[in-house]
Amino acid sequence: MTVVAGPSGSGKSTLLRLCNRLERPSSGRIWFRGVEIDELDPMALRRRVGMVFQRPTPFGGTVIENLRVADPEIDEPAAGALLTRVGLDATFIGRAAHELSSGEAQRLCLARTLATDPEVLLMDEPTSSVDSRSRAVLEDLARELAVGGVAVVWVTHDMRQLRRLADNVVVMVGGRIAHTGPPESVERDASAAVRAFVAESEGGDE
Amino acid sequence: MTVDIGWTGLVLAFVLVAVAIALSWWQRLALERSLVWASVRALVQLLLVGVALRFVLDADGSIAWAWVWVLLMIVFASFTVRVRAREVPGLWPLAIASFGAAAVVSLGVLFGLGVFALEARTLIPMAGLVVGNSMAATVLVSRRVFEELRDKRDEVEARLALGASSADAARPYVRAALRTALIPQIEATKAVGLVFLPGAMTGLILAGVDPLDAVQVQVAVMYLILGSVATTTVVIALGVSRRLFTTDHRLVRIDRPAA
Repeated sequence: MTVVAGPSGSGKSTLLRLCNRLERPSSGRIWFRGVEIDELDPMALRRRVGMVFQRPTPFGGTVIENLRVADPEIDEPAAGALLTRVGLDATFIGRAAHELSSGEAQRLCLARTLATDPEVLLMDEPTSSVDSRSRAVLEDLARELAVGGVAVVWVTHDMRQLRRLADNVVVMVGGRIAHTGPPESVERDASAAVRAFVAESEGGDE
Repeated sequence: MTVDIGWTGLVLAFVLVAVAIALSWWQRLALERSLVWASVRALVQLLLVGVALRFVLDADGSIAWAWVWVLLMIVFASFTVRVRAREVPGLWPLAIASFGAAAVVSLGVLFGLGVFALEARTLIPMAGLVVGNSMAATVLVSRRVFEELRDKRDEVEARLALGASSADAARPYVRAALRTALIPQIEATKAVGLVFLPGAMTGLILAGVDPLDAVQVQVAVMYLILGSVATTTVVIALGVSRRLFTTDHRLVRIDRPAA
């Protein structure tokens, strides 16, 4: 699992949105499994490179209808199994998605993304507005997926979360990559920009 | 049997405007000038239209001028739509396309099936009904689609991120906008006759036509309006939605108006 960290406005989200082609680069090129992503069909690419956004985005309708946006064929047992994976009870299937709490909605969003069976999972500060139990569920499942071979890219500005999750770290400052390496290398980085980020992030309250 | 109020009648009817002016003066509404201006403007505009219509209808049975009239009507209505929904980009050509589509569909049905005989005298009023009644709904639906896709950007992008095409990602929001625009039209159609007598029927009855004949024309006109409003709104909703996405299924940035 790769964690992308950096102060807000440093371009972390933009980096993720470039990976599933919600944005196009003004310069530079992006490859996915050896193919430049401009040459791939964007809809097919996005099903292979799933994304969970910072704010939960439940759609109108019930929970299972939300899952069916991702996989129209999904039946109730499969939907229940997906919900169980994100720590929601299978009885949630018929509930109105807009009535879920923020944390439940975000877990539904992850379940919805997993319904497309992605090879890469982009997580854009998914825990910034959720309760601690939901945060733990999202972190644990992301780790589990990473171990199972899904490439997970997780954006955060929280050093503690970074240490919990990262195999590799990319620190971005001012739209540029300021540091890459294993998590313990971040604090040893001597550059002023990275040290400023670490100092500020350790003072965070998460 | 026909009604002809003549110029004297028109001048006498102006007494009613005088009543309105007197009331405005009495209640200090300060609307006297607006009342005069609106009444005079309506008179002049309609006189000009009447003169032009007389010319077009007298043009030796040729309906070429009537088609020119219809075309100008569509262009002018589209311009009005563009002005009234200024924030929606590229609306003018879309409005022309949607009014054009409605005209082709509804006039095609009415004249093609021989409900009305195709002549200048029928073409112009029918096209006027199509365009005039669709204008408000067109403005409403284009603003609605635009605002929905702007305000629900997170949801739309989440749909795109799940691999939806731009058409699929926009569909729930386009559908909501279309329902909002069409429901009032359906309600108005249901209430007709109970609450008010519609214009075409009133005119025909005043002009001495048998009420049942007038009803037949009026019902055909209402169906014409329903069909036209549905056609224009669907064309413009899909058009606006298309314009807000790139060809590679990304939602374009929509700047919010400065608050």
